[in-house]
Amino acid sequence: MKHETIEKNLGLMIVLIIITISGGFLAEVVPLFFHKEVNQPIEGLEPLNALELEGRDIYIREGCHVCHTQQIRPFRAETERYGHYSVAGEFVYDRPFLWGSKRTGPDLARVGGRYSDAWQRQHLFDPRSVVPESNMPAFPWLFENRADHGSIEARMKTLQTLGVPYTDEQIANAADELKGKFEIEALVAYLQQLGTVLSEKR
Amino acid sequence: MSTFWSVWVIVIVLGTIFGCAWLLLATRKGQTNDTETENTTGHSYDGIEEYDNPLPKWWFYLYLGTCVFALGYLALYPGLGNYEGLLGWTSTNQWEAEVQEAEEKYGPIYAQFGETAIPELAQNEDAMKIGQRLFANNCSVCHGTAARGQVGFPNLTDDDWLWGGEPEQILHTLVNGRQGNMTPKGVMPNMTNEQVDQVVNYVLSFSGREKEAEAAEAGAAVFAQACAACHGADGKGMHAVGAPNLTDDIWLYGSTYEWIKETVVNGRQNQMPAQKGRLTDDQIHILAAYVYSLSN
Repeated sequence: MKHETIEKNLGLMIVLIIITISGGFLAEVVPLFFHKEVNQPIEGLEPLNALELEGRDIYIREGCHVCHTQQIRPFRAETERYGHYSVAGEFVYDRPFLWGSKRTGPDLARVGGRYSDAWQRQHLFDPRSVVPESNMPAFPWLFENRADHGSIEARMKTLQTLGVPYTDEQIANAADELKGKFEIEALVAYLQQLGTVLSEKR
Repeated sequence: MSTFWSVWVIVIVLGTIFGCAWLLLATRKGQTNDTETENTTGHSYDGIEEYDNPLPKWWFYLYLGTCVFALGYLALYPGLGNYEGLLGWTSTNQWEAEVQEAEEKYGPIYAQFGETAIPELAQNEDAMKIGQRLFANNCSVCHGTAARGQVGFPNLTDDDWLWGGEPEQILHTLVNGRQGNMTPKGVMPNMTNEQVDQVVNYVLSFSGREKEAEAAEAGAAVFAQACAACHGADGKGMHAVGAPNLTDDIWLYGSTYEWIKETVVNGRQNQMPAQKGRLTDDQIHILAAYVYSLSN
């Protein structure tokens, strides 16, 4: 095939470019869609309940993932500090993933149960009152705002469409579970379950 | 990975590499000159022409080199579907090797410290250096880097203990965690506002700071009914349930009238998270000795 043939046929060039640049995606990403190890939840993994899901959405809204990762890599230095390295089956209900790419603060993949609820609340209200050298912003409004119970049903339905196994009953009860709760309760509930399903902690 | 996807990956990966190599060689073959000349490709766009020169040799061979490197890499490491690579490398076994190596290096040291009794270990400088680091990484977030605690999180450097300061008690706290739970109004849910005021005054009177002597006096009866079950008749607390001593002027939450009233009315809940499983048994043992050393 001559250069000229390709250069002068826009359609052909587009097709060839797509083939060229999609090699990595086809080889590295597409097979994972059909790979058991990344599609099947680890034993005991349940979808987040309404309160935790609301907490997760607050986590995203406040940009926690910008400074905190949720992925422990298989290096001893990380597993000593954060616990057992993350495995794919822990994230099958996560949409989108919150693995993150930058650690200004520590990794949170296994922060669940590491500190008490009281500590989490105090720390989110005023981080420097418990960790003087912290540069984390304070989130005092979480203690005033109520959780968004109006849209939780729609959010859970969307996830259900995407394959998260919520039962219709869970979705029907979601709004009632959230009503009257403060945002801080939702966020702490979300944080306290992070990484707790895997039985090995180290 | 199923055979289909394995083959799929292999075909695409090898196809890409050989495709690149082919493109590199094929375009070079079409070249009329092997060295730089003044010849042009024959295109002319608004008078701008293009030399028909081959890629510089170093560049050409660098490209070929990357193809060869890729093949070598894929032979050694897992990249071709289910093929495991000659080195048998996986991220998991690399981690296991790291952990194994550390275990061989530090294991005997930890084991030796793990067998030493806590009061003795607290005198061991090396062990306390390890303990200090473990504390900084795992405990200082609540108890502070100097272990002096803060509102709601106990100071570990004084000799006032919620759950007891004997080595076994500290170890128990670390291994299993603790659930601190003061119910609102103690065990007297129907406490009136007046009685709240009285009992707060009574608690203040332990450290000689009551606002009204009369109310404090009346508070003794309320205290006996609502609080003594955990804090003891004399207010000196009880390690078995983690009830603080109220007479020593050391306060887990605030010490003012308002703070104590808040505590009485709403109760207090907090936990010490269990460390079992998060840290090794030997690490917990060393930490217990470190905490013990802070006040002994």
